[in-house]
Amino acid sequence: MAVLTYTESENGSFKKSAFEVASYGKALADQTGQKLVAVTFNQEDGSALSAYGVDLVVNITGGFSETFSAKKFAAAIAQVASEKEVNLVVISSSANSKYLAPLLAVKLTAAYTSNVVALPSSTEPLTLKRSCYTSKAFSTVTSNQPINIIGLSSNAFGIIETQSTPEQTSMTTDEASSSMVVSSVEKVTGTITIADADIVVSGGRGLKGPENWHLVEELASILGAATACSKPVSDMGWRPHSEHVGQTGKPVASNLYIAIGVSGAIQHLAGINSCKVKVVINIDPEAPFFKAADYGIVGDAFDVLPKLIEKLKTFKAA
Amino acid sequence: MKILVCISNVPDTTSKINFVESDTKFDTQGVQFIINPNDEFGLTRAVWLQQKQQAEVTVLTVGDISCEPILRKCLAIGADKAIRVDATATDGFFVAKQIASVCEKGSYDLVIAGRESIDHNGSMVPGLVAGMLEYEYITNCISLEVENGQAIAAREIDGGKEIVTSELPLVLGAQKGLVEESDLIIPNMRGIMQARKKPLDVIPPIDAVASSKVTSFEKPAAKGAVKLVDAEDIDTLIDLLHNEAKVI
Ligand SMILES: Cc1cc2nc3c(=O)[nH]c(=O)nc-3n(C[C@H](O)[C@H](O)[C@H](O)COP(=O)(O)OP(=O)(O)OC[C@H]3O[C@@H](n4cnc5c(N)ncnc54)[C@H](O)[C@@H]3O)c2cc1C
Repeated sequence: MAVLTYTESENGSFKKSAFEVASYGKALADQTGQKLVAVTFNQEDGSALSAYGVDLVVNITGGFSETFSAKKFAAAIAQVASEKEVNLVVISSSANSKYLAPLLAVKLTAAYTSNVVALPSSTEPLTLKRSCYTSKAFSTVTSNQPINIIGLSSNAFGIIETQSTPEQTSMTTDEASSSMVVSSVEKVTGTITIADADIVVSGGRGLKGPENWHLVEELASILGAATACSKPVSDMGWRPHSEHVGQTGKPVASNLYIAIGVSGAIQHLAGINSCKVKVVINIDPEAPFFKAADYGIVGDAFDVLPKLIEKLKTFKAA
Repeated sequence: MKILVCISNVPDTTSKINFVESDTKFDTQGVQFIINPNDEFGLTRAVWLQQKQQAEVTVLTVGDISCEPILRKCLAIGADKAIRVDATATDGFFVAKQIASVCEKGSYDLVIAGRESIDHNGSMVPGLVAGMLEYEYITNCISLEVENGQAIAAREIDGGKEIVTSELPLVLGAQKGLVEESDLIIPNMRGIMQARKKPLDVIPPIDAVASSKVTSFEKPAAKGAVKLVDAEDIDTLIDLLHNEAKVI
């Protein structure tokens, strides 16, 4: 038996989440005394995975492997999993991995546990801690299935290096049939997405209008951060919906979250509970965000931000 | 066109999250239950399809009698009929089995469920249903048109969106964007009166075993107090983030 992990790549390079799921997969393989198999799609060079303890890389090739399809990718991973007698599958919390996980669960007759935040406390039966109530609580879940899919919460386990010399093979799997066709993809290039970012800079209604967002963008660019916003900001069209963070928007699990002019409503905080360090800049010392933050500045964003930007430029240059 | 919208009964977004019975059960005391927000975006889109393209909209929930007020609310919003599978929603797999069984009997063209519920955050029910029925499946769906038996939808991806076309039957994981917050329908008096007369069928569950069990809940560890830095002393903030928190 073996542990399998789906290591996502894009344009020939692995995503950061691939190294995190591989790190977790390695720890799980050690815990259960099994080998770790990584599955890649249309990724000829799997050598980067040697830093994370992978024993075997199976690269799936063939026409369909070039474009993501949840149905086709799930079927292909299921085929590898059956061949390698896999009993534990680890996937990330990326949009694509979360998309295919339930399809894979049906194919493998497996239980699927999403938002997992730690290694299992027991492997028989498999017992996992996961976040729920939009990060306002954790639950402990016990599976009664012999095969299990673990959806790892991003940034919950971290990346741990373990050198190995993986065997690399390629495989052509059967292509699942699907009537679904991707007709176009619109993707911002050159900016970091909230899902991949180590640092997220977020603006709320306190920034008064879209014309002031250059401050948020400049701060983000100095820090190599993604930009985000509160719900009213996206509802009013100041920023795109994809930046809306919170209970009804995106979850964020970055190392650092800087909130500027965001009051800290419970629904906003629900989305950012998993961030490691939170900084708030708000003119109102009574703003609820101060109760949730690690560091705070009571001040006017239009005073504080230009200074912070200048000081950080100097800091980064040093 | 027949549409099934799956509805989850969840605590209001402002609810205090507490647990009782040695941390094994959610404390419902003083908690108001609402339609799961992701489901409500899906329901609103379905009601539009009913109004503009004569679709028939059925809402479904798996739960005990305490879920009926939100089903009535869905009827008041505009759904034509409601089904309640009379069972405790033990896990996502069990719920998906029940939904799949209703789908098999009702032959729906579109099955819509929220991409995730705001209580369990399992993000698996629509995908499991699609997998079980071998229907096409699109989640994180932020737009949908149905023309000549074909769906054209947009899926939010990390950093953008993807436009897809698909044959029906199709399962959708709904979220904001499918309709806007301001599009949500607030039931009026007429809708509420009509809802009382619309059918709400209660059916027994099919045999299915949950694949997992929640054994306990816990709350995140209490956080220490915020460290305030003077607005004139940005250097200290940078120093704390660099040397203490080690995040920059
Ligand atoms: C069902 C439901 C779901 C929701 N889901 C979400 C969600 O997912 N995400 C979300 O964000 N919200 C959500 N909300 C909305 C939430 O309740 C709040 O209304 C929202 O988060 C407030 O956004 P804000 O902080 O940008 O604006 P406000 O609450 O208006 O806060 C603006 C803040 O800016 C500060 N400020 C003003 N001027 C300055 C200045 N010059 N410098 C510095 N600070 C300044 C003010 O002191 C204030 O604290 C939801 C609400 C409901 C009912």
